Formats: sequence, C-alpha cells, structure tokens
Amino acid sequence: MEICRRKDDLEISELDPFLAELLRQIPASASPEGAPAAEDRLFSRPAAACELESCAEWKLYVEPELRRLFQTATETVATDLKQLNGNEKPFANRTLCIPAGHADAWLSALNQARLVIAAKNEFTEGELYDQYRSPIGSRRDLSLFQVNFYGFLQEFILRELNGFSDSSCD
Amino acid sequence: MSWRPQRRGGEVAFNGGLRTPGDVWIAPLGAVQEPAVEQDTRTKVELDLPWQVVVHNDPVNLMTYVSMVFQRVFGYPREKAEKHMMEVHQNGRSILWSGVRERAELYVQQLHGYLLLATLEKVT
Repeated sequence: MEICRRKDDLEISELDPFLAELLRQIPASASPEGAPAAEDRLFSRPAAACELESCAEWKLYVEPELRRLFQTATETVATDLKQLNGNEKPFANRTLCIPAGHADAWLSALNQARLVIAAKNEFTEGELYDQYRSPIGSRRDLSLFQVNFYGFLQEFILRELNGFSDSSCD
Repeated sequence: MSWRPQRRGGEVAFNGGLRTPGDVWIAPLGAVQEPAVEQDTRTKVELDLPWQVVVHNDPVNLMTYVSMVFQRVFGYPREKAEKHMMEVHQNGRSILWSGVRERAELYVQQLHGYLLLATLEKVT
C-alpha cells in the first residue's frame, strides 16, 4: 500500500485485498449499534456529576446534533469508498482518492470506528500501545490491528493537514 | 446546568418593556413611572463564574489528534495545545478553559463533536 498526497488530495494506492477490506469496513465499524459500551463512549456524559435534568436536556438537544454530525462523516467516507467497488481491476492497481475537503470527515469516521472497536473489545491501554501484535491470531487481534491501521491513517491525514509531510506522489 | 438552545442577540421582551443584551432597561411608552429594579442578570452572571472545561484521558484518541482539536476549538497555539494534551496524557485530565457557563457548555459540545471525553465542572 502506498499513501501520498497528489495536489491537495490524499491518494492511497496499490491496495491489497486485506487492507482494502479494512477500509471498506470503516462505516460499519463506526456504528455503536447493539453495543452499549460503544454507545456510551461516543455519547459520553457532559458532566461527571450530571444531574438528572441536565443529562436529559443534553440527550434531548445535543445528542441528536452529534448523531447527525457523526453520521454525515461516515456517509462521506462511505461515498469515497465506492471507488473500491467493482472487480474489473486487480486490487494492486486500485487507487483510493480522498479529496482534501473530506479530510475532516475521514478523521471523524476513523476516530468513531477506533473508539467503537476499542469499546466493544474492551481493549486495555497495554494492548492499544502494543503495535507489533500479529493480526493473524484471533478476531480480537484482528480488531486491534484494525484500530492501529485506522490510527495510522489518522496520523497521515493529520500530518497532511498540518503541512508536516513531504509525501507528494509526484 | 441547562443545555437548551440560547437565544442569540437581539432584545428580549420583558414586562412590556425591552431588555437589551447590555442589560439596559427601556421602559415602555406610557408606562407607570415606578422605578424598575432589575438585578437578576448581574447576579446570574456572578453565580455563573467560574465553570471549567475538563478533558479526560482516553487511550484511543491519538495525541496529535487531541492537540489538533485543542488548537481548533480553543484557538490555542500549537505549544499550548500540546502542553494541555501532555497534561491529559500524564495526569489523566486537564482544565482547558474556565469562565461563564454558557460558553463552557458550547466548548464541551464542540469537544464531544470531536469525540474527546470532556466534561463541564463547577469550581467549588
């Protein structure tokens, strides 16, 4: 897999089927549905000692706005990922282009996915910092690899946004 | 705490007169010339101070991401944002801002939009 910047856009090329599948799973992975721990993490309490009335108001007025914000981001990413659909080309020749204007949506969707996966699996801090664990061992290891892979993409996007990178495709 | 949408700008009709955002009372035409004593707004502001916006550690959020969010939300320069980020990482929490409640609520909402663990606390 190659990742670089072409003009203002980000380009991920030479995708192998495994990583392409992980990319495709971003929108689904970002959904906290059916996992209360993940739901609690995405929509955390606004105050440590949250009075009943305040929390109810937060749920009523703020949470729907946050839900819309998160959903818009994952929908944008899902649209970009359609570039990976179809099987007329081998994966090695596939390129995913992320328009510069979608960078924030990607950061949000990747973060949602990482938080949801981590909450569902109850990863410990030690596990999360263990970047050398093999993704082959178990479903849990694969999920951890997914969290780290999405983190790598986030780092790359952040570097590009901050202008710290010299990774032009040209 | 109240998370209800705040009325922005303009004047608020009150007892047949007008109360402006600067708390200047304008009596209605033909009103009884009884002096109106209005103290509640000033008292409310005093009671509101200070609230603080606290960000808590989360091992999933990337340090560079957290630092970027602090720069965007609070307009902090990179060095200050990184200092707060390191405080969150090392001490488990950092007070990012303190001041009036309404603004603190807005900051917490923005931070939740970036998926940070942020809470609003009243200074005791």
